[in-house]
Amino acid sequence: MNATPSRLIICLLAMVPAVALASGGRDVPIAGGRFESVLPASATTKTTRVAPYRLDTALVSNEDFARFTRANPQWRRGAVKPLLADSQYLRHWVSPTEPGKAIARQPVTHVSWFAANAYCESRGARLPSWHEWELAAAASEEQPDARADGAWRQRILHWYSSSARGALPDAGASPPNYYGVRDLHGVAWEWVLDAGSMMVSDDSREQGDPDVTRFCGSGALSLEQKENYAMMMRIAMLSSMKASYTSGSMGFRCATDVRASR
Amino acid sequence: MKGLIACVMLLATGWSVAAETPAVSLYDLEEHLVLQDGRSAMLDVHRGNKVLITMFYGGCQATCPMIIETLRSVESKLDATGRQQLRVLLISFDPEHDTPLALRDLAVARRIDTTRWTLASADSAAVRRIAAALEIQFRRLPEGQISHANVITVLGSGGEILARSTRLGSADDNLVQALRGR
Repeated sequence: MNATPSRLIICLLAMVPAVALASGGRDVPIAGGRFESVLPASATTKTTRVAPYRLDTALVSNEDFARFTRANPQWRRGAVKPLLADSQYLRHWVSPTEPGKAIARQPVTHVSWFAANAYCESRGARLPSWHEWELAAAASEEQPDARADGAWRQRILHWYSSSARGALPDAGASPPNYYGVRDLHGVAWEWVLDAGSMMVSDDSREQGDPDVTRFCGSGALSLEQKENYAMMMRIAMLSSMKASYTSGSMGFRCATDVRASR
Repeated sequence: MKGLIACVMLLATGWSVAAETPAVSLYDLEEHLVLQDGRSAMLDVHRGNKVLITMFYGGCQATCPMIIETLRSVESKLDATGRQQLRVLLISFDPEHDTPLALRDLAVARRIDTTRWTLASADSAAVRRIAAALEIQFRRLPEGQISHANVITVLGSGGEILARSTRLGSADDNLVQALRGR
C-alpha cells in the first residue's frame, strides 16, 4: 500500500514524454460545444454543435510540406496528377522538394485541397471543418468568442481590406488566441475539410425556395450574421475554389478528432 | 507557299501537343469501393467502358429517384450497342446506412440491372475526395438528411471527365453526345 503513491508518480513521470510526443505542442484541444456559425448547419437550426477536437496552433510551413513531398513523390510538383492540383502547384519552390531557405518557415501556399487533405492524412489527421475553424477563429487573445467586440472585428477587417501585403510572416509567428491557436487571421486563407460544400450561391441572399432539382435536402444554406464581413469573405473565397485550385494566399492547418479515450 | 506549309506544320504540332497533354482522369483518385454484391473494387471498376457516374444516398426521398430516372433517360438515347457498352456507377454519400445489403435492396426496388449498373459505397474520406473531384457539393444536416448537388458526369474509357450536367428529369444532350462520341 505504501508503495502506491511513489509508483503512481513514477508512472506519471513515465507518461510525460509520451504526452509531449503525442501533442508536441503542435496542436491544442478545443472543447467545442454549441456555436452560432455564420453558416448554420441547416436552415432550421440557429446553433451548430461542434464536437471536441484538436487544432494545429500554426499554419503548415513550407519545410513541413517539403518533408511530406520527400516522403510522397506523387505529391511533388511535376509529378502530381492534374486532377489533384493545378499547374501553379508549389510553383514558388526552388525545386520539387525544396522550398528554398527564404520561405522555409513561411506557411505553405500554392497547395490544392487534395494536397492539403493528403498531408493531414499522412499525419493521421484531417483538415478542420469550416465550423471547427470558425469556432477557433471567433476567439480573441482574451475571450473565446469576441465576435461582438467591435474593436476586435475592426482589427480583423483591416487585414482583409489591405490589398497589397508583403511577404508572408513565418508560420506560428502571430500571437496566440484564447485557445493558443495562431495565424487564424491576418496571415493567409485556409483550406477546410468541407471547402467544396459551403453551398453558398447568389440565391441564398434571397430567402426564396431552395433549388429543389439541383439540391436534395434543404437546398442552399443561408448566411447569418451578415455584419461579420470577414467571415463572409472567407466563405466567398472558399466557395470560389475548386479542390484542385491553388493560390499564393491559401494555406492550411490540420485537426484531429478527440476520441473518448483521451 | 513555304511559309504556308510551315504555318500548317506549326499548327499541326500545336494540335498534337494539345492532344498529348494528359487528360484529367477521375481514376487518378485511387479509392476503394464496396459494391452492392459485397465485393471490393477500385473507383476504376469500369475502366475500359464509358461511364455515367453520380452520387446519391438511399435515404433521399426527393431527388434520388429522379437521378435514377434521369440516368435511364440518358441511357435510352443510345443505340443497343452504345447501351451495351455503357456502365453506370452510383456512389453513396452515406456509407453508414448504404451497406451492400441496403444497396442491393435499392437495386431490386428500383429494378436496376446490376450487370451494367453498379451501386457502391466508400468510406467518408473517400466520399469527400470523390465528391470534390466530381464537383458535387454535399453537407450532412443535423436531422440526418444529406443536402447535395446533383451532378451527372460522363467518363471516357480511361476515366477522362468528358461532360457534366446538373439537369434532372430529362436527358441532357451534352451527356448523350459525349457518350456517342469515340
